[in-house]
Amino acid sequence: MAKADSLQGSMDLLVLKILSRRPGLHGYAIMSAIQDISGEVLRVEEGSLYPALHRMEEAGWIRAEWITKETGRRARLYEVTAAGKKQLGMEESRWQAVTLAVNRVLREA
Amino acid sequence: MSLWSRLGNAFRGDQLNREIDEELEAHIAEAIAQGRDLVEARRALGSTLRHREGSRDVKLVTWLESLRSDAVFGLRQLKKTKVTSLAAILSLALAIGACTSAFRLIDAILLRPLPVANPQQLFDLSRQGIGPEGKPQTFDGWAYPDFQLMRAAVRDQAELFAVSYAEPVDLTYKSDEEIERAYLQYVSGWMFPTLGLRPALGRVFTENDDVKPGGHPYAVLSHDYWTHRFGQNPKVIGQTFRMGNEIYEIAGVVEAPFTGTEPGMMVDIFIPTMMHPGVTRKDWTWHRTLAVVKAGAAFEPMRQKLEATSYAFEAERAKGFHGMRQEDIDHFLDQRLLLEPAATGVSDLQSATRRPLAVLGVLVGLVLLIACANAANLMTAQASARAREMAVRVSIGGGRWRLVQLVLVQSAWLALLAAAVGSLFAWWSGPFVVSMINPPDNPARLVLPADWRVLGFGLAVALGVTLLFGLAPALRASAVNPVSALKGGEDPHSKRRLMHALIAVQVAFCFLVLFVAGLFVTTFQRLSHQPTGFSADRLLVVEAVAKSPQPVEFWEQVAEHLRNVRGVETVALTDSPLLGGGSWNNFISVNGGPPNGVLSYMRAVSPVWLEAMKIQLIDGRDFRPGDTHPGAALVNETFAKTYFDGVDPVGKTFDLNMDEGLRLRYEIVALVGDVRYKSLREPILPQFYVPFRSIDKEGQLGKRGAGILLVRTSGLNPRALAAVLRQEVPRARPEFRVSRIRTQMEINQSHTVRERLLATLALFFAIVALLLAGVGLYGVLHYSVLQRRREIGIRIAVGAQAGGVARLVTMDVFAMVLMGAVAGIGLGMLSVRYVESLFYQVRATDLQMLALPSLAILAGALLAALRPVIQAVRIDPASMLRAE
Repeated sequence: MAKADSLQGSMDLLVLKILSRRPGLHGYAIMSAIQDISGEVLRVEEGSLYPALHRMEEAGWIRAEWITKETGRRARLYEVTAAGKKQLGMEESRWQAVTLAVNRVLREA
Repeated sequence: MSLWSRLGNAFRGDQLNREIDEELEAHIAEAIAQGRDLVEARRALGSTLRHREGSRDVKLVTWLESLRSDAVFGLRQLKKTKVTSLAAILSLALAIGACTSAFRLIDAILLRPLPVANPQQLFDLSRQGIGPEGKPQTFDGWAYPDFQLMRAAVRDQAELFAVSYAEPVDLTYKSDEEIERAYLQYVSGWMFPTLGLRPALGRVFTENDDVKPGGHPYAVLSHDYWTHRFGQNPKVIGQTFRMGNEIYEIAGVVEAPFTGTEPGMMVDIFIPTMMHPGVTRKDWTWHRTLAVVKAGAAFEPMRQKLEATSYAFEAERAKGFHGMRQEDIDHFLDQRLLLEPAATGVSDLQSATRRPLAVLGVLVGLVLLIACANAANLMTAQASARAREMAVRVSIGGGRWRLVQLVLVQSAWLALLAAAVGSLFAWWSGPFVVSMINPPDNPARLVLPADWRVLGFGLAVALGVTLLFGLAPALRASAVNPVSALKGGEDPHSKRRLMHALIAVQVAFCFLVLFVAGLFVTTFQRLSHQPTGFSADRLLVVEAVAKSPQPVEFWEQVAEHLRNVRGVETVALTDSPLLGGGSWNNFISVNGGPPNGVLSYMRAVSPVWLEAMKIQLIDGRDFRPGDTHPGAALVNETFAKTYFDGVDPVGKTFDLNMDEGLRLRYEIVALVGDVRYKSLREPILPQFYVPFRSIDKEGQLGKRGAGILLVRTSGLNPRALAAVLRQEVPRARPEFRVSRIRTQMEINQSHTVRERLLATLALFFAIVALLLAGVGLYGVLHYSVLQRRREIGIRIAVGAQAGGVARLVTMDVFAMVLMGAVAGIGLGMLSVRYVESLFYQVRATDLQMLALPSLAILAGALLAALRPVIQAVRIDPASMLRAE
């Protein structure tokens, strides 16, 4: 399905984290937020964003809702579900463990 | 996401695509709003289509999508091999249709609960003991006074109500000239509230409508009768009809679909029990007793209380018995009361058809299995033809389960199409079979709805059938080994082994069906050719009634008048036709001694009865016009054997023992040949015949309200005279009417209805089974010739003879046929003991019974093998090998 990209593995973590802080973002806003907050270091490949969002929706971690903006255009806004919050906790601690381990290797090798 | 929204997704593909497109469009619009270039934004997002696929893949439950494509593919696959698919569908359709049809019948007669509020609480009371002939018997008829005592005794645990044996009666609505026939049941007034039955019009009876003997001349109609007789006219309330000497007023119509408590008999008119002539009689058992047991009632104590009550009643009555041996009285009293569930109602049809229907169910199931084996072989052959395709699918990553699904879906197509055709067949054949059970003049009327029960059954069969014949080939196809399959075929024998095994199974089942069918057909033949002792040819049985009982003389005048009608050979009077169902019996004593415990059966007959019935006169003389009852008697040979040790009894006397010690003396004026009295199966009964002309206690000539005129016609078709006779009877004496005309032949045939039904259906199933097995055999042989044509070609090229080739092609399969036949004989021997009671003068071990099905199967197998063998022999090695 999705091609390998630099964010593989951490995409879910980032999306969940962003959405848990700011519920009700659409896809573009999620992408922009990741780029802005990371100081343009992390770039979300736009092509893989939506399949990832739909997959997470399917898994029940996030839910989406159509709203109509003032411009008349409809937008699809996402927010984290309870299951998503739990998943976020797990992903966060795994990330911590991995980075810790990587740091140790860098330090002691 | 719930299962429903997933299912929704699969069929809402377009909308889903639109939503995904819209979301991506929104993304691009956002990008442009942020000052990005349209082309760059689009490129960054990548192809819309790819996204859509990526997202959809997640959203759609993949198997639903794949199911749809498999369904389309499967149908295309079936269309590709039109002829074989059609053969498989038709054979399955026949089997599924027969199955559904059998289920409809079995359901309607045996399984469907009565349409009342509380069917599970309904029980039928009967008594089990030793009958007057010394054999064990169970009877559920009761005398009304006994019923009243029992009802009072268990009032707190159950509500008892009486329902008479439903029967056809003659009645008139407006003019007395137009006699109609309707089915009537006497019921307790409180039956309606007890069963929660409400009126559709007017009112239904309550307890108050059933209090005083003869005091409630009201009727409630069934909804069905109201519809077909009165077109649902609401003005029917208050209309009257006349039955016998009584005028009844219609009080209401009971709500549909209730038509009485006897499956097989749809009651038209309900009358309160108090209107039955036997309601005060202690010796007339004319009704069933049903009980609605209250929830939580202690069952066994209640049963014992009922038994004790009934025992006390009969013991009191038995004190008045005379001329009966103590042993018989003891048997009579020593009966166990049974309370049996009656949620599906109680009827004679149920008890008479339970076993035959079970047998038919099994036969039809076997036919279904044979058809399944055919379909399985077809699928296997097709799957092997598709081995390369399967191998390609596996090697490009198709999952095994995906392949199983592919083949199963195709099986499901077969089964569904077959079920659709089959249900049409069942639609037609259900009522057809019912019409076959029916004697024309007394039809069993069945409620045969095609509702969710039938539909559910049909679907379950289709599903079961799919798994049964689809699973093995599906698993086999999925287990394909791509490397060997693509290299040009794996072990070709493995597939043939499965097909051969199925052939053996088919032959075994086919043998069983043929074997059982043979037994039934022979039973029917033996029974219907059973000598009756009289001639039924050209004999009309004319039932006549009079408004009020008329002197015997008047009856004789009517008979005399009919003798002069053109086309009439002779006319005799009797109380009831032979084999017509009526039974009149008593104990007799010879030389003033005690009765010997064997019942003797009677008929009242006029002079020339012997001649009209063509019964042999062995010794003595026929009745003369002056002979009376009591006084003179004709006796049959079995009577002479039973009571006179076979000595010619002409001129001797015997006594008929009546109640209160009264004895009537008869002088035997003739010895006549044995005839069948009430059954073709039982041994001949001892019988004597008394004159139709009876004398009562005061010495006056007796009177009769109903009687039978036996008319032997000179024309070949006795029915042709029916209309004339209907006119001539009232012309002879205006008090008389014809209520019903049957031929004696019809009456005789009504005794073999069950046997005829079994024989006909079994024969039909046998032919279908043989046909299906033949088709299956042909298919397998054909397939194996195709598969081995290279080998055969080589063999022919190196000089194999035609005989050798034929042997090569057929040997394996015929070994299977042989194995199947042997297994079939074993199965037949094992199963036949369960149906032995349905046979007559035929034994399962008769050589002929085994030879016939064996020959039929052998002939079928040879026929099926003919074409494939010819094909094999004609293989041209040169072109064959060149093609390879």
